[in-house]
Amino acid sequence: MLLKELTEAMGPSGFETEIREIIRKYATARVDKAYTDVLGSLIVEKNTAAAGPRVMLDAHMDEVALMIVHVEDNGLLRFRPIGGVDPRVLVSKPVLIGDKRIYGVIGAKPIHLQEPSERREPLGFKQLFVDIGAKDKADALESVQLGDVAMFTTRYGEMGDNCAKGKSFDDRVGCGVLLEVLEDSYDLPLFGSFSVQEEVGLRGATVTAHRIQPDIAIALEGTICLDVVDAPGHGQGTLMGKGPAFTVLDGNTIANKEFLDFMVAVAEKNDIPYQFRRVKGGSNDFGIIHQTRNGVVGGAISVPVRYIHAPAQVISLDDYHNAIRLVKVLLREIAAKSWQH
Amino acid sequence: MKVFTQLWYIERGGNVLAETHYNDLMQLISGHGGPGFEQAIGEAFGNVARRYADSVEVDTMGNVVAIVKGEGAADKRPRVMLSAHMDEIALIVTKIEAGGFLRVAQTGGFDARTLVGQEVVVHGRKALHGIIGSKPPHLTSPDERKKATPLEDLYIDVAMAEEGVKEQVTVGDRVTLYREPMELLNHRIAGKALDNRTSVAVLLECMRHLQDLHHVADCYAVASVQEEVHMRGAHTAAYAINPDIGIAVDVTFADMPGQDPDDNAGIGKGTAITYGPNIHPKVFRGLKETAEKHGIPYQIEYSQGPTGTDANVIQITRDGIAAGLVGIAIRYMHTSVETGSYDDIVETGRLLAHYIASLDYSEVEGLSCY
Repeated sequence: MLLKELTEAMGPSGFETEIREIIRKYATARVDKAYTDVLGSLIVEKNTAAAGPRVMLDAHMDEVALMIVHVEDNGLLRFRPIGGVDPRVLVSKPVLIGDKRIYGVIGAKPIHLQEPSERREPLGFKQLFVDIGAKDKADALESVQLGDVAMFTTRYGEMGDNCAKGKSFDDRVGCGVLLEVLEDSYDLPLFGSFSVQEEVGLRGATVTAHRIQPDIAIALEGTICLDVVDAPGHGQGTLMGKGPAFTVLDGNTIANKEFLDFMVAVAEKNDIPYQFRRVKGGSNDFGIIHQTRNGVVGGAISVPVRYIHAPAQVISLDDYHNAIRLVKVLLREIAAKSWQH
Repeated sequence: MKVFTQLWYIERGGNVLAETHYNDLMQLISGHGGPGFEQAIGEAFGNVARRYADSVEVDTMGNVVAIVKGEGAADKRPRVMLSAHMDEIALIVTKIEAGGFLRVAQTGGFDARTLVGQEVVVHGRKALHGIIGSKPPHLTSPDERKKATPLEDLYIDVAMAEEGVKEQVTVGDRVTLYREPMELLNHRIAGKALDNRTSVAVLLECMRHLQDLHHVADCYAVASVQEEVHMRGAHTAAYAINPDIGIAVDVTFADMPGQDPDDNAGIGKGTAITYGPNIHPKVFRGLKETAEKHGIPYQIEYSQGPTGTDANVIQITRDGIAAGLVGIAIRYMHTSVETGSYDDIVETGRLLAHYIASLDYSEVEGLSCY
């Protein structure tokens, strides 16, 4: 199961080794050429001798995570976040640490020993520790090293109305879409960038876009979705199950109106549900890709992800499959020269 | 449920390897059973306990009692009750909101801060997987990050449309935490419901040891219900069994930063034997001396009144019962990552078995003589 393998793999920003190998395993047979760049992004090429615009599809491999930075005398580990993690979602969660994947847990003082006022104050990074069961500092250092990274442990599983839960749908869902899209062939030069380090500043895509020199680029993402009880309509971002979302404006991008209209027209022509991402915050790799070299036209297509950046995230598999369909027909339309600029 | 392939063995007598109940504990903490719906856990306990017990009975409240008879005349056998509650803290559905999101109240004490982003199982018409929602950091204002969301503002997402949810779930359905058990270093385990399934495993370990010992006393090993909502199971079990000695087995607070030094028992440092008004002095002394005699590690916990355990109600049942309390030190109590050591469970089982084997009728006759 592709999404299971992708989401359960380790790949904090800058430490994408394991997820890269899984993606490479799937990608190799589907492309003409696969290689890594100096930052560690995996670039794939398909049909590059074809005429037509050079199209780049981007999905980032990295995930938000933690790094172990200190061991206390009692063997508990101190950590810092890699990427945007709200410490409030870490309490009472397990993590898997380092290449050896040893379990650790982030606990909290028992409720029995708390003052009522304590419960109103969230626990911050400085009050949280990872416990690996070590007896003391020396015991801990036999199993972990400072600098080891730790990821969430949530297993992929299907739930509810054709939905799935897992960790790191941001952006393993985009990696899944890209891999599925690469199954088919298109009559244009196609480049895939499985980028590193998106969560710490869109850094991998900065250089892959420079290398690929695309005429058109589309970032495939998992994006904010807070269509839940108590969330005001204007703060929901996207609606789960209502189709892949197009970005109009986010922290780094104002969508190219012509290309956005083109994508909308293709979705409508093919009867694929879509929506607009209705929140200003956040961003994705297209934010940097469109500013590469002389500028790149394109956009972003995102699968809504509830509880993004938290240990257990939820997507609609309908949205996932519709995103795959949409990207495939877009490529065919571009190959058929429907996009004229 | 995950089956742990690596059996945990303890070396006995130099070269004999005896299988422990490590895997049974892993099954017990994978299972679900909050106050008032402990049937699945009780059944699991009963199935294993039958290996050792002369009989296994279930009472009206749902307590599961495994009885191991002692040797000798029936009227000269001390009656010892061990009580380990098998219920875990749980939630209960109070409202199905528009969109199919569930609101909950608690049965047993939760720190709402530990629930954000937590996976749960909603025990509706069929079991549904759920996630307690959290707002992404992208949308959270700096002010919001300084606040902890209270339980009544949390919601469970079962990723299902409202209509579907209403077919499966009704107000009053129970919700338990979902957490696969984890193996940490040094025989330590982490997961949910170590409070108090570790002690249910202690009962099994005790019965396992007891089969190799001569004992006059009858042992009533009770997996009790509804402790988390005030020890209601132990109350009726103690009344029905009417033991001479009733010993509660429960978890206690292990050391972690920010706790007082006297709330810091050590994990892997042996049985926590409680001392104080809730404990009969002779039972305390007997447990301590048994530990010393058999080289069983122990630590003493000092309590100043009624404990928050089954020992509380056992002591004041009928004409009064000589109560004892032994405990397994765990960290992060009432979270889904409670952490303890299987070493402590084995040793506590051994301690209780030797203590029971040390009892004779004259000993219990003396319990009222001050």
